[in-house]
Amino acid sequence: MGLAITEKILAKAAKREAVKAGDNIWLDVDVLMTHDVCGPPTIAIWKKEFGERAKIWDKEKLVIFPDHYIFTKNVHANRNVDILRQFASEYNLPNYYDAGTERYKGVCHIALAEEGYNVPGTVLFGTDSHTCTSGAFGMFATGVGNTDAAFILGTGKIWEKVPESMKFTFNGKMPEYLTAKDLILQILGDITTDGATYRAMEFDGEAISSLSMYERMTLTNMAIEAGGMNGIIAVDEVTEQYLNEIGVTDYEIFKSDVDAIYHSKYSYDVSKIEPLVAKPHSPDNRDTVRNVEGTKLTKCYIGSCTGGKITDFRYAANLLFGKQVNVTTFIVPASTAVAKQLEEETINGVSLKDIFEKAGCIIAESSCAACLGGPSDTIGRSIDGDVVISTTNRNFPGRMGSKASQVYLASPLTVAASAINGFITDPREFL
Amino acid sequence: MEKKIIGKAYVLGNNVDTDQIIPAEHLVYSTSDTEEIKKYGHFALSSVPLNQAGLPDGGKQFISGDNYRSDYSIVIGGTNFGCGSSREHAPLALQVAGVKVVVAESYARIFYRNSVDGGFVVPYECSIKLNDKIKTGDTIEIDIDTNMIKNHSDGKSYKLNPLGDVFEIVEACGLFAFARTSGMIN
Repeated sequence: MGLAITEKILAKAAKREAVKAGDNIWLDVDVLMTHDVCGPPTIAIWKKEFGERAKIWDKEKLVIFPDHYIFTKNVHANRNVDILRQFASEYNLPNYYDAGTERYKGVCHIALAEEGYNVPGTVLFGTDSHTCTSGAFGMFATGVGNTDAAFILGTGKIWEKVPESMKFTFNGKMPEYLTAKDLILQILGDITTDGATYRAMEFDGEAISSLSMYERMTLTNMAIEAGGMNGIIAVDEVTEQYLNEIGVTDYEIFKSDVDAIYHSKYSYDVSKIEPLVAKPHSPDNRDTVRNVEGTKLTKCYIGSCTGGKITDFRYAANLLFGKQVNVTTFIVPASTAVAKQLEEETINGVSLKDIFEKAGCIIAESSCAACLGGPSDTIGRSIDGDVVISTTNRNFPGRMGSKASQVYLASPLTVAASAINGFITDPREFL
Repeated sequence: MEKKIIGKAYVLGNNVDTDQIIPAEHLVYSTSDTEEIKKYGHFALSSVPLNQAGLPDGGKQFISGDNYRSDYSIVIGGTNFGCGSSREHAPLALQVAGVKVVVAESYARIFYRNSVDGGFVVPYECSIKLNDKIKTGDTIEIDIDTNMIKNHSDGKSYKLNPLGDVFEIVEACGLFAFARTSGMIN
């Protein structure tokens, strides 16, 4: 009987010959990641529970990215970054990326990839539900709370129930009007926000193979929106090339057996999928862009771990080149590396940054920003009555700020097309 | 741990996400300062849409005025309770507000783990949909030894799903206490 990739990686981390779905196992953690919202309470629990003898199990394996509430005057939020800074200094942590310094990276999930912490075959836990993003690198990655993180911080161990796997195969060649965001919105509409609860979501097929690492990360990122424990894509040449370029060479490649047992399998022909949105107030409230076309907007937002990667901005810049936006539009590069790429990459000799500025967009500094609302002075935060279209991951009531606002989730192409018209627009109009 | 819990029910719908339980803008307060932590209780369930707040009628505030403790100590939800963000502040906020047990048809994984491993609230599952049988304000009794929930307001009882694999952690009141009793950590 065959095994799925997630089972194989978890067996390795549990130092077992094999594990199967439903087994409760203890894992040795390869990387623990935290940030400014959940880091301080994690540290507090660790100190309280381990007391005077509190020791970090492995400093090399602890990675801390302040990223959520960085550009704010909120004193409590700033105090949280101070707590991280003091902790990093007290324990001389090698992998702390302090805000306000050249080491600052921006959104943790993207920085994990850029800085080489995503290593195929390993297990990574983070105090953030979108930690599943790292699964694009053929590894097991999932979110945990502060207590679990504090336990890992002191012991390097965590319990998990091995998940059943679901398989999502995308056949065919990606049409120019589709992005990975449309693919994951397609899945969410089909299986709903609890359709993958406590399960692994495995993605494959010709269309997936053709995607860049950043586009793949959009898929694994939103596995949590279906309740998934992890999203995962096996290593191929695209993964190996990305890793090679950033100097990650020591890793183990796992693949699902052909006779692996799956909870369920879904198969799609990408030529049959059209640009999609998730309507307010749930990521599974799927509809076609065509059906909501014309919906008047007050804000457009391109950013976050889901939709603020360089690939997202390439899509958007291609549409916005030489055009003007008709509604307030925010460009929030997920990481400082992406922000730098916006200055360096060009279309017809014009940098992406210039394209956005000339189009009338507001370019913000890298952080989680308004994806999750944040303190009242957060750039792009929704206010009462706002109708927003966004490349982010969640449109729960109040998620981007006001619970009297409405948020549509869509691809960067759809958001850019909508920004030009000021109302929701199918990107095919401009392609 | 308390084996018999009696309190008033606060009834919610499906897919109550952690942004509704504790909006992200409030995730700045200390979780270890005994005064500041009260903010989490004060803002608990503050982003639930008004028509969903306290079913079946809605429009019932979970926390009244400047309080940080709620009149309700048992939350009855539907499916996928606690979906979304991994913030452990969510079950913590419910605990600070005085909630002892949540009963839902199903949970999102991270909220469930956080509730158990942090020892904040007991997350019971019930195969029967209860949020159309119990009304906000009903007096509810939960017996952890027998896994039963009784509605004193109409006399009806329902079977809860046993806590199963996590019972020992729930009984120990959290992962650290469990790990100590089992000799895993000192």
